[in-house]
Amino acid sequence: MTDLTIFMLQTWGALPEVLRFIVVTTLKIFGIILPLIIVVAYYTYAERKVIAFMHARMGPNRVGPMGILQPIADTLKMLLKEVIVPANANRFLFVLAPVISLIPALAAWAVIPLNETFVLADINAGLLYVLALTSMGVYGVILGGWASNSKYAFLGAMRSASQMIAYEIAMGFALVGVLMAGGSLNLGEIIRAQEGTVLSWFWLPLFPLFLVYLISGFAETNRSPFDVAEGESEIVAGFHVEYSGIAFGIFFVAEYANMVLIAALTVILFFGGWLSPLQGIPGLKDSILAQPSFGWLASKMLFFMFCFLWSRATFPRYRYDQVMRLGWKVFIPITIAWIGVEAVMSYMDIGPWA
Amino acid sequence: MINGILFYTFATVLVFAALGVISSRNPVHSVLFLVLSFTQSSALWLLLGAEFLAIVLVLVYVGAVMVLFLFVVMMLDVNAEQMREGFTRYLPLGLAVAFVLVVEIGYVIGFKIPGSPFSSVPEGYPADYSNIKELGAVLYTEHVYAFELAAVILLVAIVAAITLTMRKRPGLKKQKISEQVSVRREDRVRLVKVEPFKE
Repeated sequence: MTDLTIFMLQTWGALPEVLRFIVVTTLKIFGIILPLIIVVAYYTYAERKVIAFMHARMGPNRVGPMGILQPIADTLKMLLKEVIVPANANRFLFVLAPVISLIPALAAWAVIPLNETFVLADINAGLLYVLALTSMGVYGVILGGWASNSKYAFLGAMRSASQMIAYEIAMGFALVGVLMAGGSLNLGEIIRAQEGTVLSWFWLPLFPLFLVYLISGFAETNRSPFDVAEGESEIVAGFHVEYSGIAFGIFFVAEYANMVLIAALTVILFFGGWLSPLQGIPGLKDSILAQPSFGWLASKMLFFMFCFLWSRATFPRYRYDQVMRLGWKVFIPITIAWIGVEAVMSYMDIGPWA
Repeated sequence: MINGILFYTFATVLVFAALGVISSRNPVHSVLFLVLSFTQSSALWLLLGAEFLAIVLVLVYVGAVMVLFLFVVMMLDVNAEQMREGFTRYLPLGLAVAFVLVVEIGYVIGFKIPGSPFSSVPEGYPADYSNIKELGAVLYTEHVYAFELAAVILLVAIVAAITLTMRKRPGLKKQKISEQVSVRREDRVRLVKVEPFKE
């Protein structure tokens, strides 16, 4: 060891424990957030490419080979553009709103287990924490719509707020079913409860809840076919119609980060997280393919992230009253019924969660 | 030491946010200050190790109740000046109530009556202690009747609120969504085979 490394190690050892903890945790946070931001940037590129191919178009193909540098060019453009604050807007809240919508989408990653051992905060109430944080995302939308002091933005904010509240309830009930099956609120424990073959993952025993969760996830992130909050043909662009430059960009990043988060949660709660789909197959028992790893989590997440884009290119937009009907009158009864079925089954000791 | 710093930071922000609720001119700002004070008090609960209560406070109050509050306050045209009219008139009464409350809290915590649960600092629980499990165990065994009773009362309140606001107006044109959803292509589109026109 050179003198320099010894010196650095000694300095590190001399720091108070609290400070060392803070430094290590901060580094871990950056280790999660920076890749996440890159994923979000390239998610926008993937969206344009995927939808373009579905429309038999080329998609972005000018910046770099195959348009691969497009997200960087977009980011630079938005950073350089002026953020215009409307004259009658509430300046403070107008600037605060995009930030409020971004923070929960990033903070929820603290409890997401990325592989068997690494999770930033392994807390007991992980599922509740995620639910609480995603329920705070609606403030960004409401405040953005209100602070703009514009009718279109306000209408978009109102639509989006009532939609998010409605679908949050269905989502919460779907999660109740998961935690009954998993027997824990800790996300790592929930994944471990799904150990076995592909058929023992929760998507099969909780199939109705899985469907409700995925569709509510689309609605919760204001994605097509539930993007009535934006509704270009009716209310221009909804809550962010007055935003320009990077303030708009942050709303954009928040939306995509939320999509990635919902994909991750779907995988963790219903598709065995980092568990391998080849786990139960006898011939592969000791091979690397059957081991749980981050790769499995990532590839399953990619599939659900693709589903978000797929549905956008496939379905026409719902009418607003039908969105509300689906949330309140279809999804909530389905989830309640399935929780009842699950409760009876687990009381009678039948089924996978006995 | 870290706990102390965190506690005083959160507590200071909490007090200022609570003052902001009653002193800000814009009702929307008041609601937002209330949201801030809820999040701060949930942080205080986290410091006490009551993670379930802290997260449920955020989930229920910040995530649901205050969103509806904000909704209503933004939609209504609340005149803040009109609501502020009685401020000086009610100030002495408010101060008196606040004084009684402060004395009571101080009496319980500050004077450390021997034998009361506040006379000594309660021992902390180990890190793997799950207060969700404990709460659930108590709530569904010992206090199950009170719990069910509360649920029934809430249900009655919901039914009452809905009946109060439900009005049947004659001649109202309504969309029958179930009919709209169950429509088939055959009901709407008729494919006709047209013979090509020939001279």
